[in-house]
Amino acid sequence: MQMRTVEISVGAFVLAGILALVVLMVQVSGVALTADGESHIIYAEFDDVAGLRVRGKVSMAGVTIGRVAGIEVDPLYGRATVQLEIDDNGWPLPADTGARILTEGVLGARYVGLSPGADEEMLEDGDYISDTQGAMVLENLIGDLITRLGAS
Amino acid sequence: MMAATTTLLRLLGSRALNRLASLGRASLMWLTAISGKPRRGDLGLLGRQIHTIGVLSLVIIVLSAFSIGAVIALQFYTQLARFGAEDAVGLGLALVLLRELGPVVTALLFAGRAGSAITAEIGLMKSTEQLSSMEMMGVDPLHRIVAPRLWAGLLCLPMLTAIFNVVAIYGGMVVAVQWLGSDAGGFWSGMQDTVEVWEDVGKGMIKSVVFALVVTWIAVFQGYDTEPTAEGIGLSTTRTVVMSSVMVLAIDFLLTLGMYGDFR
Repeated sequence: MQMRTVEISVGAFVLAGILALVVLMVQVSGVALTADGESHIIYAEFDDVAGLRVRGKVSMAGVTIGRVAGIEVDPLYGRATVQLEIDDNGWPLPADTGARILTEGVLGARYVGLSPGADEEMLEDGDYISDTQGAMVLENLIGDLITRLGAS
Repeated sequence: MMAATTTLLRLLGSRALNRLASLGRASLMWLTAISGKPRRGDLGLLGRQIHTIGVLSLVIIVLSAFSIGAVIALQFYTQLARFGAEDAVGLGLALVLLRELGPVVTALLFAGRAGSAITAEIGLMKSTEQLSSMEMMGVDPLHRIVAPRLWAGLLCLPMLTAIFNVVAIYGGMVVAVQWLGSDAGGFWSGMQDTVEVWEDVGKGMIKSVVFALVVTWIAVFQGYDTEPTAEGIGLSTTRTVVMSSVMVLAIDFLLTLGMYGDFR
């Protein structure tokens, strides 16, 4: 009898430990266990992605429709290629969709904002978004301002 | 003068040699215990140790986790509310817990609750000559007494850490969301957007495995190597708690430096 309670409590403990790990992964770090629908990969090239991170949000009209899956730099042209993973709720997108890098609030995280165009053709998996606008870098803005003030 | 210097040197040398010898004994003990072939009945021994080391530590872990999570959330909230950034409470809480406080505080509590008990138990076994009588009966005490405790510690501490993190995050949520009225959506989504499985959860768990290794090793060895007197057992028990705590904090700094120290 004594041994049996030990066994039961050890089993419950191990179960609780594993359950806690699952909670940490699903609830805390937000990994989707059930892949709800398939996701679509598109690419966008930016001049500057300063501050954008992998797993950052991709949103349209304020609704999250995907996430940043990868960021690579093309050293020849000095441009960054961002891989975007779009969920089913934001698909399909018109071929002339524009992508901008925006900031949440004043000091918030950088994210990619998509604004749909009016094209009748739709983007397909692996397509590139051509209409992009990179991140606003504060130093560049201040530099511009200073040169303009100096010129006038 | 000359004689005094020689005595001093001799003293220092013998101290250093003693330390080295005890490190050697500890390593040999650990290796022999961990490399023993599994036999029938080992699972029962392991189960009983998981019960004493893990299950019975659960109460203190859950209670401290809840209050630590609540306190951190309270502090974060009052400071962040000044900037209107209450939504960052969730992610701040989760990162602090997963990366540092979870593994470290659990290991410290574990050293105090389970480590000291292991040392005292094995120490008493040694001083009442239970260990030597076992040897005489042909039972290897390293295999029968030491190994189950090492394995149980190695298994229990990471699980306790995971439970600690979850309870602390929920404790923080109770304070931030239910009590202070910050937005539940912002709390969870801010956390989920920032926390990464490997970078935060995984590395925290690796820390806790390392701490488990260190704490159980120290606890078992201090008991196994104790001076077989009442005073010796007390000394060993104290040494277990002090040494494990200092080692955990020092190793945590090194691990953090290695894991997150991308300062180039």
